[in-house]
This record gives sequence, structure tokens and C-alpha cells, in this order.
Amino acid sequence: MNRSRPSTQGVDLIVRGLRKSFVGQEVLKGIDFAVRPGEIFVIMGPSGSGKSVLLKHLIGLETPDAGEILVNGDHISKPETAAKYRMALVFQSGALLNSLTVGENVGLYLAEHQLKSPEEIERIVGEKLADVGLNDVLHKMPSELSGGMKKRAAIARALVIDPQLILYDEPTSELDPVSAVVIGNEILDLQRRIGVTSIVVSHDRDLAFGVADRIAVIGEGRILTIGTPEEVKNFQDPLVQSFLNADFHREK
Amino acid sequence: MFKNIGEIMLLFWRTLLALPQTWRQRQKVYDQFFEIGNASLLMVCVLSFFIGGVIALNFGPALVERSLASAVGGVVGLAIAKELAPVMMAILIAGRIGSAMAAEIGSMAVYQEVDALRTMNINPVHYLVLPRILAIAFALPLLVVFSVLVGWFGGAVVANYNHAMDIPFRVFFANLKDIVELKDVANGVFKSFCFALIIGTVSCHQGLTTIGGPRGIGRSVTKAVVNSIVLIVIFDYLLTRLLLK
Ligand SMILES: Nc1ncnc2c1ncn2[C@@H]1O[C@H](COP(=O)(O)OP(=O)(O)OP(=O)(O)O)[C@@H](O)[C@H]1O
Ligand SMILES: [Mg+2]
Repeated sequence: MNRSRPSTQGVDLIVRGLRKSFVGQEVLKGIDFAVRPGEIFVIMGPSGSGKSVLLKHLIGLETPDAGEILVNGDHISKPETAAKYRMALVFQSGALLNSLTVGENVGLYLAEHQLKSPEEIERIVGEKLADVGLNDVLHKMPSELSGGMKKRAAIARALVIDPQLILYDEPTSELDPVSAVVIGNEILDLQRRIGVTSIVVSHDRDLAFGVADRIAVIGEGRILTIGTPEEVKNFQDPLVQSFLNADFHREK
Repeated sequence: MFKNIGEIMLLFWRTLLALPQTWRQRQKVYDQFFEIGNASLLMVCVLSFFIGGVIALNFGPALVERSLASAVGGVVGLAIAKELAPVMMAILIAGRIGSAMAAEIGSMAVYQEVDALRTMNINPVHYLVLPRILAIAFALPLLVVFSVLVGWFGGAVVANYNHAMDIPFRVFFANLKDIVELKDVANGVFKSFCFALIIGTVSCHQGLTTIGGPRGIGRSVTKAVVNSIVLIVIFDYLLTRLLLK
């Protein structure tokens, strides 16, 4: 396909000493890592370990109790940073606006910032929805979509921003294996085409080891290990190993 | 409730700063405006007619007894224009529209839709709050003008057909015209404009700060309505005092 795309450059991201507590419960207990421009960085960890909270910090939706987050050297807490870089978060729940159609949701960024004409927005929206394998949903309301379709529409909405940094919260958690592969390939494709920096939170081991340049495993509010998929697989730590190798036991 | 007053004032200030965005958001202002009209016009009509009627019923016979029948139109006219139409309509709109605003924005906050807007660099004050406050600030004063007219009519009808009064329409309206000045109606309309700002700001603030699930939304709706009404009654006194010259 020969689509003209503005060339974007992924940004780098540095997290130092990030801590966050909610009413007496310390969720993040000092998180440090750095993501290189154009990298696909996967964060894995058990349910409730603070992955979604971490992502919200990375895009500036939560303010940390301590520590700092730098995007290309700019503090995320400064209002200018949000305007300077194009960043997108695909929420775990999708978080589509329920009062708008799917098409309006996906085109919302362009329409609100008046970046394109309505006809062009319609074209781009159709294109992005097709990218994530959604057809004929343009005029449906989000409540008429299945969980997996909502997730894919949310990904399309993030793609429309033409992001320099894209954060996915469990992009494949409600998808069938085929759609999961489509999304995984789209994550890879996006990085190849426009060099976007991607951070993917997922429990999906196939996805994680399929797309990751590096993987971080977090548990109990700390980073247990960071490394290439190979390094993480061979990391001898009972918590990490039990998470990566969890399997069913069935009597023969 | 008063610990939030600072936050509410801050939201109001931010909305004022967002005023230059009005032209951009005009479609949403229209939509909200017509929604308010649709949702409340019939209720305003019925409520105002009966308020006018009951005021005539309460004061009329007492005045007639003291051979002040000619004053009934003025008393009913003034009471409605200066006090009852603005306050009752504001309370009605707080219940009908303020609750809807708090519920809608509250559910958006709970289901992370507001967060999603922020990640798209769309300011929730521009996108959600400004259109609603502008729409209600236009709509409520208009509804109050309408309510005053219907209320006067209701008062006249009751004064005419109630046997304790039997005041002809002509006499009722002649006296009303004598006593009620345009300034009195303008006072009431101005008060309702202030009430509209209170309802809009309080309800949007309550919506944006909603936490928890469906129960949190319910709590926000209740608080939005109750706090709006309390503030309306307090400001009613203050504004009336201020406008008294
Ligand atoms: N706004 C909040 N207020 C209070 N506690 C919170 C809040 N958000 C998250 N938490 C707590 O933080 C912890 C981590 O939550 P988080 O949603 O980040 O988990 P997660 O790693 O994303 O889990 P999952 O894989 O199930 O999505 C949980 O114990 C949760 O109760
Ligand atoms: Mg999560």
C-alpha cells in the first residue's frame, strides 16, 4: 500500500524513582526504566501490580508522589509537554465516548483540533478502522460493539493521533487469537513505518515475546527485571519464572 | 459542601478563560440549548401557570376584603417577576438539567472518558463544561421571561374566575402595568442569569469530581442538585439585597 504519511520520530522516555500511593496502599514503590526512541517496550506483571497506574503516570493523567518522568527530556507534568508531543493511551476498557458514534470517536482528535477537513477526517477514520480490522462500524454507537471491537476502535482512535509515543493497556486482552495477531502485527508495523515508541502492558505472553524489543516484569510495585525477551526468559527469579511459565496441571 | 467552593470558583474562572473557544464549540452550545428547552418548556409552562394562580389565590381574597381589588394585579405581577419565576425556575432547572449534567459528566469521569479526552489533549473545560454553562446561561433567563408571562396569565385567570375575587382581566393587567416596571422584570431575569451560572458550574464540577461506580454517579447527582438549590437560595437573598435601590 502506498499511503502518504507524515514521518514521525519516536520519542524517548525516562522514568526515575516513581512512587505512588492510594489511600495508604503503596502501588508503585520506586520504578526506574528508560525507553529508547522507536522501541517496543513490553511491561508484564500480575493483575493488580500497578501496570495501569504506571501507564497513567507516563501520559500525565496521574501525578506521582515522588520521582520524575521525562519525554525527550521534558517533564510530563508541565502542560507544554502534552501539547509538544503527540502521545496516545489505549485504555484497558477502551474508554470510547459513549455519546458519540465510533466514527466520531476515532476522528475526535482531528475534529476537535480542527486539523483536517471533515471529508479528510472521514477518509482517515475509515482507513484507521480498516487497519485494526473493523469495517461497517462507522455509524454504530460504542454500546453496540463487543469488548474486543471497542478495544480495536480505541486503538484506531490512538493511531489517528499519529503518535510519537503510544501506550497500550492490555491491547489483546479481549481478542480472539486471530485478532490478537492482527493487533500485534499492527504494533510492529507502526514501529517500522513511523518509528513510534510503543509501551505495551500485557499478560499475553505470545504477544509480549512476539513484539517486544525489551520486556520489563513488574511485581508488587517494583521492577523485577528488564531485558530482551531472551534475557527475561532466562532470568532466574522465582517470581518472574512463575509468572512466565504459569500453566495448567491436568491429571493424565 | 463548602470545602468545594474554592474548586467550584476555580472551575468557573477556567470557564471564563475558555470563553474565546465559544465559536468553536458553538454546535455543542446549540445542542445543549435545545436540549434544555425541549426538556423543560412544558414543565415551565405548567409550573408557572399554577404558581401565578396560587399567588392570586393567597393574596387576592385578603386584598379584596380590604377593598384593594385593584392592587391584586400589581402584587401578583411583582411577586412573580421579581421572586417566584426566577427562583422556582432555577430550582426546576437545577433538578431537571443540573442533575442531567452531573450524571452525564459523572459517568464520563467514572468510565475514563474524561481521561481519554485529556490524553487527546482536549480540555474537558472547553469540550464539556463551557458549552453546558453557556447554554444554561442563555436558556434559563429566556425560560424565566416565558415563565413570568405565563405566571401573570395564570394569576389573571384565577383572579377572574375565583368567586372570592372576580377581578376582570382588564383591571388585573391595568394595575399590573401600573406597578410592575420593566426594571423589575429585568431584575428577575438578571438573578436567573446568576442562578444559571451557579447550576452549571456546580453540576459540572460535581460531575468532573465523581469517583467510584454507579453509586458515585448517584451521589454526584444528588449533591449537584442539593448544593445548587442551597446556593440559589443564598444568592437570591444577596442579589435581591444588592439590587434593592
Ligand atoms: N484511583 C485509584 N484509587 C485507589 N486505588 C487504586 C486506584 N487505581 C488503582 N488502584 C490500586 O492500585 C493497584 C494497581 O492497580 P492497576 O489497575 O494498576 O493494576 P494492573 O496491574 O493494571 O492490573 P490488571 O492487570 O488487572 O489490569 C490496585 O490494587 C488498585 O486497587
Ligand atoms: Mg490494568
